[in-house]
Amino acid sequence: MEKTQTMSFLKEVSQVPGGEGVNLCIQCGTCTASCPSAKIWEYTPSEVIAMVRADMRDAVLSSSSMWCCLSCYSCTVRCPRDVEPTSLFHALESLAIKHGYKPKNTTTPVMYNSFVKSIKKNGRVSEFQMMMGYYLSTNPFSALGMMSVAWKLLSHGRMPLSARKIKGKKDLDKIVKKLNEVRGAQ
Amino acid sequence: MKSYTYFPGCSSEATAVGLDVSSRSIAEALGMELKELEDWNCCGSTPYGSLDELEAIAVAARNLALAEKTGLDLVTPCSSCFVTLSKARVHMMEKPQLKAKVNQALAAVGLEYKGTVKVRLLIEALMSDITAETITSKVKKPLKGLKVAPYTGCQEVRPRFGFDHPENPIALDTIVEAVGADAVPYPSKSKCCGGSAVIAEEGLCIELMYKLLDDAAKNGAECIVTPCPLCQMNLDAYQAKVNSKYNTNFNLPVLFVTQLIGVALGLKQDKLGLKKNIVNPNKVLAKYL
Repeated sequence: MEKTQTMSFLKEVSQVPGGEGVNLCIQCGTCTASCPSAKIWEYTPSEVIAMVRADMRDAVLSSSSMWCCLSCYSCTVRCPRDVEPTSLFHALESLAIKHGYKPKNTTTPVMYNSFVKSIKKNGRVSEFQMMMGYYLSTNPFSALGMMSVAWKLLSHGRMPLSARKIKGKKDLDKIVKKLNEVRGAQ
Repeated sequence: MKSYTYFPGCSSEATAVGLDVSSRSIAEALGMELKELEDWNCCGSTPYGSLDELEAIAVAARNLALAEKTGLDLVTPCSSCFVTLSKARVHMMEKPQLKAKVNQALAAVGLEYKGTVKVRLLIEALMSDITAETITSKVKKPLKGLKVAPYTGCQEVRPRFGFDHPENPIALDTIVEAVGADAVPYPSKSKCCGGSAVIAEEGLCIELMYKLLDDAAKNGAECIVTPCPLCQMNLDAYQAKVNSKYNTNFNLPVLFVTQLIGVALGLKQDKLGLKKNIVNPNKVLAKYL
């Protein structure tokens, strides 16, 4: 841990899978101009990259910005320097979680957590469990607004309430456990 | 008959059951043998990768290692699974140290990932191995006169694993024409629908969907086709919400492209999961069913 904290933020980001391209950015703004969700970002995509380069760890990791990425890869296709901003924003999300930041103004991390919880429980995603988990840990009343959509999916046989567990669930647990041992040892 | 290992993806058991059913049916009719990967797990998914990329790669790697044993190409109909599995594969190919860590983890259950399995999208396999000409030769009910907006979405083409142009893809247009229908000009064909962000950022995503539906309607489309589970679910299940927010009256059926192909091949409705569609496609397809 001590090693991570003394390392510069820029260096830490560049060492996460997907964060390698951060040093290549020339601040042309193509990513921001191409982003379908840029208007809801706290700092725009190109601003976030500039902030990482300026080593603004706290401001970046506590912001809701990267959580607004829709993973549509428009920026990645258009970036003239192959920064791969989509992967970079995923890397920033993972660092925010790793260091315990809880960004305000976005419930996307809660949704992602609920999603991954469902995978860890069954080996596959149960969309129903994922949505229930999300609404219960954010605002259960907001689920009311979803009732019309949920009912349509349910009544068309597209939202089974029970989850199917894979046979190799224990194997999957072992893989994840071993991975974290290997990672921790280094 | 060419054989493939088939990876249905989690949505095949829920929101995208129509994609799974229709994929299996048209594959059979077109001479592709799809052998489901035994006891597959989640592909790794975008949310997992955002929270912990390395763990997500290891989860994906169990599938890749299992698939590798079959010696066949791994084919998935899901755009998102395609991206996630491809991403894991490329990370392990480009970073030997990362691959070594993942293999240490896989060894705990007696698996090993060598890096030989090919990850392919069903639509790409249809275009490359079966070809549009063969599809046309097997059409029993040409969809003459049907105006279709070919909506590729982002995942299938945009990340560096795509097989088509990242912003102006043409594979769907080719398929639509191959079954006798008309592909209308659709400038939004590779724009994002918002994906799973619709749960946490509904307002933004409803706006993106409005633009997609409006573009299809303005170009005279009677229906939209897409290969992507998320695009289909969003445009189908949220269409009424778009209508109430934007005071519009879109009534555009959103078909999986595999369903469209199936109709043209003369397959029965229940083999294509058409009853799972929320915006009822029967009126638009009445002439051809």
